Amino acid sequence: MGFFHRHRGATPYLLLAPGMLWLGIFFLIPLGFLVYQSLQSGNIDFGFHFTWAFGNYWSALKGYRGEFERSFIYAGLATVIALVVSYPVTYWIAFRGGRWKNLLLLFIVAPFFVTYLIRTLAWQTILADHGLVVRTLIYLHLVSSGGRILATGTAVVAGITYNFLPFMALPLYVSLEQIDPTLIEAAEDLYASKWRAFLKVTFPLSLPGVVAGTLLTFIPAAGDFINATLLGSPTTHMIGNVINSKFNDLIDYPAAAAMSFILMAIIVVMVLLYARAVGSENLTG
Amino acid sequence: MSSVAVDVRRSRPNALSRAWAFVRRHVLTAYSILFFAYLMLPIAVVAVFSFNHPKGRFNFVWERFTIGNWTHWNAIPGIQSAVELSLEIALIASLLATGLGTLMALALVRYRFRGRGTTNFTVFLPLATPEIVLGASLLTLFLNRSVPLGFWTILIAHVMFCVSFAVVTVKARLVSFDRHLEEAAMDLGANEWTTFRKVTLPLIAPAILASLLLCFAISVDDFVVTYFVAGNQVTFPIFVWGAARVATPPQINVIGIAFFVIAVTAMLGNVALQSRRAKGA
Repeated sequence: MGFFHRHRGATPYLLLAPGMLWLGIFFLIPLGFLVYQSLQSGNIDFGFHFTWAFGNYWSALKGYRGEFERSFIYAGLATVIALVVSYPVTYWIAFRGGRWKNLLLLFIVAPFFVTYLIRTLAWQTILADHGLVVRTLIYLHLVSSGGRILATGTAVVAGITYNFLPFMALPLYVSLEQIDPTLIEAAEDLYASKWRAFLKVTFPLSLPGVVAGTLLTFIPAAGDFINATLLGSPTTHMIGNVINSKFNDLIDYPAAAAMSFILMAIIVVMVLLYARAVGSENLTG
Repeated sequence: MSSVAVDVRRSRPNALSRAWAFVRRHVLTAYSILFFAYLMLPIAVVAVFSFNHPKGRFNFVWERFTIGNWTHWNAIPGIQSAVELSLEIALIASLLATGLGTLMALALVRYRFRGRGTTNFTVFLPLATPEIVLGASLLTLFLNRSVPLGFWTILIAHVMFCVSFAVVTVKARLVSFDRHLEEAAMDLGANEWTTFRKVTLPLIAPAILASLLLCFAISVDDFVVTYFVAGNQVTFPIFVWGAARVATPPQINVIGIAFFVIAVTAMLGNVALQSRRAKGA
């Protein structure tokens, strides 16, 4: 302990310096460059110059409104589905997992160990037009004959849900696991039904996990373009698709930078509103 | 509402209510099993199709069984160098990020200092930023400063997004750490450095190991940020992306499943190690 006490003033800063420098130079400063780039005009042949070109923002919003809307709708849908689907399972692991908890948790994160692009390609196979899933759904008349799932919004949302599910399940599990089961017993001893005890005790105590999970799922999902590319069609493209193609194919850096900044800004505003609605102590908790 | 109803149920646990309890108990279990099947389905598909002998360039329809994709995993031009580059970057990035992250976690848990809140927020922020924004902003930095894209820019990017994960992982362990153990060591005459080496480090070692594994897995898997800053370098995910447009050789599945098996084995090893420690303690 003395080691940590003696140079009390300087030690924490010395410990932090290398990591913070890295984050400062390669995360914070680049955000500044993103704004700088977004206000440039010009083209790849004659170079880009800083001209306070605010028009980039207007044309991004005007020209790609559909893509922006789809990004947030798809991400929102995937987040809600991921929450509903994974809550019962994380509850089951936390309260009934016993000594298998760690192993079951490993199953939850297992998809992360198969390269993202490869597991999305696997969904391409599963949802393919003559695959088992589509044929079953046609048989059940849930999809009209000749109908398809691949290249639709449904496939994109399904892909996003699957790919970001562990981001939802892990924080959920952590908050459920910390709940003292005697609190739930106490509620039941006081004549609360199981369902009421869940609504009044378990669920409120798991809220930090719900909040963390929703954010960790929604944010990457809103910027995703892999699922829309591999499972969707041009009519299901999200803003990530546009940013990616403008940066990497069309070399229209200012427009792409403006869109990235708008995406980030919308997410920050949504997170702040959300934090306000659920209480900010749940956010950093 | 139903205090009466509950009373009745409690005083007379009849067959019906017991059957209902049985169903309710097992509905959750059955659902969980279905859920795990859903999680494993794409992985199973990748594994099965790694043994496929596809007719055309795309590996989407089952034709016939072959082991050839595994014995000739590097038969596709460019795949071996892509795998090697990914592993090389992941190794260096996970070591660097875990080093930086461990130091930061020590500072954040052990000290109260001015700027602690800001630091916590700065560490959290990259986790709350879409990957495409991370990649795009780094690319604008490199473009405007005329930094040539390639190995070093990929490495810089990977360390950047791994650091936050490392901090979070090690911090979680440090918070639950019993400081009396360190005090006891000091009382027994150990100096600060010996205490750190003999007590602190062994106690946080599982977290450091977990952080290394996590950073390695994230780095090997990353596509979006890497794609923005890679220049003409090809990591394994970039190789898959390029391939997916024109053909999907089953060798891609082979590498994917090989990575998966190695990662799961490593995680299982860490879990077993920790539970054995817990038993010994």
